[in-house]
Amino acid sequence: MYPDYMKTSLGKVAGTREQRLRLAREKGKEVFTALSESQRENVLSTYHPDYKDDARREVRIGPNKGELLTDRVVDILESRPRDPADTFDLSKVDYEADILILGGGSAGLSAAIEGAEKGLNVLIATKLRLGDANSMMAQGGIQAADQKDDNPVLHYLDVIGGGHFDNKPELVEALVNDAPSSIRWLENLGVMFDKNPDGSMSVKAGGGTCRNRMHSAKDYTGAAICKTLRDEVYNRPDNIRYIEFSPATELILDDKGQAAGAVLYHLETKEYSIVKAKTVIIATGGFGRLHIRNFETTNHYGATADGLVLGYRAGARLLYMDSVQYHPTGAVFPEQVVGFLCTEKIRGLGAQPVNKDGELFVYPLEPRDVEAASIIQECERGNGVKTPSGLTGVWLDTPLIEMINGEGTIEASLPAMLRQFSRFDIDIRKQPILIYPTLHYQNGGLEINEKAETTIPGLYVAGEASGGVHGRNRLMGNSQLDIIVFGRRAGQNAAERVLGGVTTGKLSLDHVRRYSEELDSLGIVTERISPVILPDYIPDHVKAKQITLEYFGTLS
Amino acid sequence: MSEERKMVTVYILGEQFSVPESSTIMTALEYSGFQLKRGVGCREGFCGACATVYREKGEYKLKGGLACQTVVSDGMTIARIPFVPAEKPAFDIEELKPDVSTFVELYPSVFRCVSCNTCTKICPQDINVMDYIQDIIKGDIASAAHTSFDCIRCGLCALRCPAEIVQFNVGMLAQRLYGKYLAPRSEELDKRINEIENGEYRKDIDRLKSLGKDELVEEYYGRDISIT
Repeated sequence: MYPDYMKTSLGKVAGTREQRLRLAREKGKEVFTALSESQRENVLSTYHPDYKDDARREVRIGPNKGELLTDRVVDILESRPRDPADTFDLSKVDYEADILILGGGSAGLSAAIEGAEKGLNVLIATKLRLGDANSMMAQGGIQAADQKDDNPVLHYLDVIGGGHFDNKPELVEALVNDAPSSIRWLENLGVMFDKNPDGSMSVKAGGGTCRNRMHSAKDYTGAAICKTLRDEVYNRPDNIRYIEFSPATELILDDKGQAAGAVLYHLETKEYSIVKAKTVIIATGGFGRLHIRNFETTNHYGATADGLVLGYRAGARLLYMDSVQYHPTGAVFPEQVVGFLCTEKIRGLGAQPVNKDGELFVYPLEPRDVEAASIIQECERGNGVKTPSGLTGVWLDTPLIEMINGEGTIEASLPAMLRQFSRFDIDIRKQPILIYPTLHYQNGGLEINEKAETTIPGLYVAGEASGGVHGRNRLMGNSQLDIIVFGRRAGQNAAERVLGGVTTGKLSLDHVRRYSEELDSLGIVTERISPVILPDYIPDHVKAKQITLEYFGTLS
Repeated sequence: MSEERKMVTVYILGEQFSVPESSTIMTALEYSGFQLKRGVGCREGFCGACATVYREKGEYKLKGGLACQTVVSDGMTIARIPFVPAEKPAFDIEELKPDVSTFVELYPSVFRCVSCNTCTKICPQDINVMDYIQDIIKGDIASAAHTSFDCIRCGLCALRCPAEIVQFNVGMLAQRLYGKYLAPRSEELDKRINEIENGEYRKDIDRLKSLGKDELVEEYYGRDISIT
């Protein structure tokens, strides 16, 4: 329920709705003029958080030494390892696998299924439960150019333009070419996509797409996919084992410099174990829970970019870790849902962002960074609405959706959103929601090629942990696609390597030892420890009394 | 600021704590000093990790909810259920029939449903759980798949069921059978897959790959936008 003082503004939004509905109904014309290249650059450089003076700083160590990276990313790269390399006896191996997969989201699950298809022994180690991942939370959709008026060439253009032309072309090619067959693969596993009665896919537009290309499963798209993949993994106990509550804290290499396993840490028993593996796939996801620039986040509790640290210490290079995606529409009211994702599908279905006076101020489907910067601009101009907890946002006018698409659309297409806000007595069919950009996605990551390989033999990366697919800005619906395409590619190529014959040498953590020594020799003195593993939300007054903290690595 | 916040009393596993009144059960736990490892996941109502049973002041009824989505009330008693030891038989989806016989084989407990509706009452997603179990008994797999679709697998239904049915796994099976076998197939999708395999777009994508940034910029901003 909105507080009384917002009623005037809500009235103004309702007052302009009919006129904005007319705009939406005009065929062949956008409701608001989309920005040109120079206008995009202008709003980004003035208002996007990445462009603030202190957003980036130079990293002093490792493969990207000397480059400017996002501040908190540098923090975790310049942190000490959780444990000195000498702590572990690598001659005592607890688990052996052909393919070790770090992370149990949809990229890791897809890789596991592909490895199992080849009859290999796959081990998944994950921080929380299998499927506890950002994958599960994706709402709006997955892109694939399968419509008659669309094709992979147009999809390619959208991806690379949205990414500011920084994407690695061979990765974009893989992404768009594999898209339709990925949808087919998922459907064959039993994912229920939204369809028209004739079986054709029901598709919508997303920010920065030139065609309707967004496939969805209501607004539980990520959950529908991730639940299905997890169920399939459960069905293959002969090939796939999984260890939960066991994040990896270091990669293990062998004396030939190949990826050869990982050190796992059980969050509850606090036991460490050693995994020896012929290949390793990092599918640990992104960094939302690092709360970059103190933003609230849409991300899963475990999204602390652990895989980046592991790969970086082992010598893998990062790409585009100077860019951060803020989702344009995070909730700012009520207090309990601040930062939560309000899916882009809401705008795909016709909802418009409007200011406190009910005025439309931006084309609703700009690429995410441009849309987010435009919303921040509108708030900084004083045209936002203040919340009781002191935040500012603009309205996302959801009632338009049913005026455009007919009654019942929201219940059918956005049940998660309807449910989310109705828990707090806001009916999004009748009232708009208050939104502001929220920390959402790690655009960059560990650099891969089209086979999901890194420069370290036997080390693969898939999904949000990887860098290069999306350049410096990902479009909606391309991360769900990414995790399937590159998850599968990582699994297939790791399997191929194993089947080609891998001889693992002596296990080693020398790279961790050398990294620690280099931190010392560079004079980098810090108490900070990484990988971070979990954020820490215990309030200071309680923390002060928790004298024998078992838990390290947080940024607080 | 925290001094000014209005506080309420909650009982976590019976132990008394004072927390801000706007807390969810999850943030109340953290405010009280618990570093969460189990029973926490997406924190936005999509993953089902934080199933919780609670009782409100003066009530005798036990209610179920998601810790991340339920606001505390003064006097609330809270117990989290971080894991449900539910049956999940392994199956080969390629070998299954999308009809009631599959459920007779894999989940015979479905047919013991006593229509008590306890599952529906506890569901934090407000899903008509009993209805989809009844759909399966009637052989309507499609309806069961759609009705159960929003399930996030918190497991509270199975814990309350007097007939020992594992509703959330049963629903998952119905969804997979529907998605794979019963949903109408997209011919456009198959056609496009063939076109790509036949290399129909290779030349055009190779051309885009070969362009310099300026040319690519021009091509991108000049592309035809046709969305509805």
